[in-house]
Amino acid sequence: MAFVALGQGSAGSATPTKTSRVAFILLAPGLIYLGLFFLTPLVSLIITSLKVSSPTGEIGMYDFGFELGNYAYAIGQYLPQILRSFTYAIIATVMALMISYPIAYFIGVKARNKPLLQAMLLTLVIAPFFISFLLRTFAWKQIFSNDSPVTNFLHTIGLLAPDQYVIGTPFAVVFGLTYNFIPFMTLPIYTSLERLDIRLLEAGSDLYATPAKTFWKVTFPLSLPGVISGTLLTFIPISGDYVNASRDFLGGSDTAMIGNVVEANFFRIQDYPTASALSVMLMAAIVVLVSMYVRKSGTEDLL
Amino acid sequence: MKFSLGKFLLPTYVALAFVFTMIPIVYTFVFSFNEVNKSNIAWKRFTFDNWLYVCNKQEVCEAFGNSIAIAVIATAISTALGTAIAIALGRYRFKGRSVTNLLLFLPMATPEVVMGAGLAAQFLNVGVAKGFWTIVVAHVMFTLSFVVVTVKARVATLDPKLEEAGRDLYGNASQVFWKITFPLLLPGIAAAAMLSFALSFDDFIITQFNSGPETTFPKFVYTAAVRGIPPEANVVGSGVFIVAIAIVMIVQVRASRKAKRLAK
Amino acid sequence: MATDFVARGQDLELVGIRKEFPGFTAIENLDLKIPAGEFFALLGPSGCGKTTTLRIVAGLEEATHGKVLIGGKDVSGTKPHERPVNTVFQNYALFPHMSVLENVAFGLRQRKIKEPLAKATEALQMVELEHLGNRKPQQLSGGQQQRVALARALVNRPALLLLDEPLGALDLKLRRQMQVELKAIQMEVGLTFLHVTHDQEEAMDMADTVAVMNHGQIEQMGAPEALYDRPKTAFVARFLGQSNIFVGEVVEENANTISIDCNGQKVSAPKSRSEKHSGKVAIGVRPEKATFHEDKPVLDSNHNLVGPGEIIDIRFTGVSNQYLIDIPGFGDITVFAQNVGKSPVVELGAQVWVSWKVEHAFGLSDLPPKADNDGE
Repeated sequence: MAFVALGQGSAGSATPTKTSRVAFILLAPGLIYLGLFFLTPLVSLIITSLKVSSPTGEIGMYDFGFELGNYAYAIGQYLPQILRSFTYAIIATVMALMISYPIAYFIGVKARNKPLLQAMLLTLVIAPFFISFLLRTFAWKQIFSNDSPVTNFLHTIGLLAPDQYVIGTPFAVVFGLTYNFIPFMTLPIYTSLERLDIRLLEAGSDLYATPAKTFWKVTFPLSLPGVISGTLLTFIPISGDYVNASRDFLGGSDTAMIGNVVEANFFRIQDYPTASALSVMLMAAIVVLVSMYVRKSGTEDLL
Repeated sequence: MKFSLGKFLLPTYVALAFVFTMIPIVYTFVFSFNEVNKSNIAWKRFTFDNWLYVCNKQEVCEAFGNSIAIAVIATAISTALGTAIAIALGRYRFKGRSVTNLLLFLPMATPEVVMGAGLAAQFLNVGVAKGFWTIVVAHVMFTLSFVVVTVKARVATLDPKLEEAGRDLYGNASQVFWKITFPLLLPGIAAAAMLSFALSFDDFIITQFNSGPETTFPKFVYTAAVRGIPPEANVVGSGVFIVAIAIVMIVQVRASRKAKRLAK
Repeated sequence: MATDFVARGQDLELVGIRKEFPGFTAIENLDLKIPAGEFFALLGPSGCGKTTTLRIVAGLEEATHGKVLIGGKDVSGTKPHERPVNTVFQNYALFPHMSVLENVAFGLRQRKIKEPLAKATEALQMVELEHLGNRKPQQLSGGQQQRVALARALVNRPALLLLDEPLGALDLKLRRQMQVELKAIQMEVGLTFLHVTHDQEEAMDMADTVAVMNHGQIEQMGAPEALYDRPKTAFVARFLGQSNIFVGEVVEENANTISIDCNGQKVSAPKSRSEKHSGKVAIGVRPEKATFHEDKPVLDSNHNLVGPGEIIDIRFTGVSNQYLIDIPGFGDITVFAQNVGKSPVVELGAQVWVSWKVEHAFGLSDLPPKADNDGE
């Protein structure tokens, strides 16, 4: 929703006619704030990623430097986690899209003339936001824990081998990621479907298109802005998440994502340069992937 | 009879999807009534004690209080800063509009771990001790863009003619702002503040990087997860859920009543 | 009842107003004087600069050059809230978060005038809406909202009331009704009204003086009857009602008339009603001033006569029939004949001659983009 709204604002700005002095006063505090606490931290991150170990050898102490080797080290050490992050993020994003689209379609198109139902369903979509992110993830851990009724049932029907469990597997992590970010996918798709003129669908069927054809030729293309902002709003946070993959939640020993290693390097090992190098690479990868994706989907004006 | 996808399958799917969505919420709520002596994993016995004596578990209450305080302060700041930006974007012509839009878009397109680690690295480099106020600083930073987007949507629906009418009817700049612009933007500002509050209250990753020894509710849950989360945390989570849902319901009922009244 | 609002109108003078926007010039060197108490209409197509002119008078827009004087006082540099001017906005711009009464009282409150609610109620009485004061604007009909907007402006007793397409959002019937009411109120309160519209019928019906604007300039200004009877430019001739316009070289000139040659047929106009007397000149006539004849009539030199031609289109519009006649070698000419049962019954394809009195013709100062006679 955020992406959609931002894109629209820049395109259809309502006749701004006044002078820029007042605009400057209004903009300055907020933009300076973002400069100080968003932009310069990104620079700090780059600086830290190039630091060298302190000659005293003290843990957590580093001197300013230009050690590009930190990046080589980070890649050499953590390539599996880096690749895993993007694999999980792509799978979870696609899953969330497939689960969300019918929900968004139902609320935005089928329930259009029933405002109360629509409002109720939207409330249900955002309901998970109102319970703590960590609590709901932990709840899944409990539900799928090793001797829970659900796991026992899966053992009984033979879907899981006796020595297999749910928690700690890639499945559990992707499941949790998908679940947690479904609302981020549903809302923007809903927003663009809600604006869809039903008469276009009627025109489609009037012009001899089958319902399926009407969907793929009319509905889906018109909902594309929502799909794109939904996938971005899902993919970006998932690729940096480390709660779901944490061993205290749904992950195991072989599910660590890039976020987990950043966290571990920052807090446990206090290897700030490696943590920073990993963060910089994550950011760079996302900028590249997102701009490629946006270009390919032909919606550059979205940004 | 022709089988219709829209008539039967879709509603059933949507209903099932919502059942799925609600599972962990219901689980959390149910286990807030569990009588526990060691860990809150298996169901033992129903009790109201966790709700009645939440603050017996001191860390839970303290973390919750911190989270509320941080969310209130951060929301106040980011709503003020963000509303000003939204008005500027919606009402004024100025150079550097696209750069401004990019700067506002970026925090929404940056993974939390990057923002969190970046700000933490900055505090480290500058030598600022992390604690309550560094969390507030971090929360204002990442909620600001969301406030701008929300309020800007409202500014876009506000007819500039209304402000002109105010000026025409002898209102000076500040009178026009406080009597016309602000009241008309209020629903958008309120929505932005609620969103900002919710984001701040539930934030974990950025908070973890910038909190130092200070605790918040999500941070408490994360730390406690190693040993098992106490039922008092479920109480806080469920309580917040109920309050939030109640607020949303009230807002929606009022909106639909208003719509009905106008339709008459 | 409304005596409180009476006779405080002042005159408005615009001197050398020019307004440039990035990329285009909305108004070029505009001079205008509106006497106190007059109902003045600025008429023109969209984009002609009429609304910008209004906004400059209100202070919502600043002129690039020029001065605005209200009651002889230069208000050019002042803000909208410092000017004794109020506006009835297009779509009314009623504050949705305030009751009708509070809307009307708004201006009074800003100026800290005593008993704002009593005065606002009085203003609502004038527009016969005092019983709806507690409603929100959205709960009123379009016509009612229009009246609230009027009351909200009038209650401040401005020296000058600006109306920006105030009736544009109403349907035709309601619009005609509101025109009558608006005119009645203006006469009652005696204020100076500056009314901006693109509806020529509305302007002609209500205003004492009409100024026709085009491309940021006033093309012609005067009483509605005078404008209609003797348009001076091709734009005015066609924007205000319909006109047949013929273009040709002046071939004959005597003491009272000029005559042009239109592909072999002679068309004359009185000198006193012509802007130009030599060279290439456009001469026009209103369709209702022309009549057609099934046999070639014998007419004196006080008449223009063209023909023969063929009736190629007949349209029935209720009060009159509109005939389009194509005269080979001359061009097309439109004739309106009233449905009074007297005019000859003719059919499509009939051969006719068209005549009109020379005194009804008018000579224009410019040439139309496209004349009605062939070859021009």
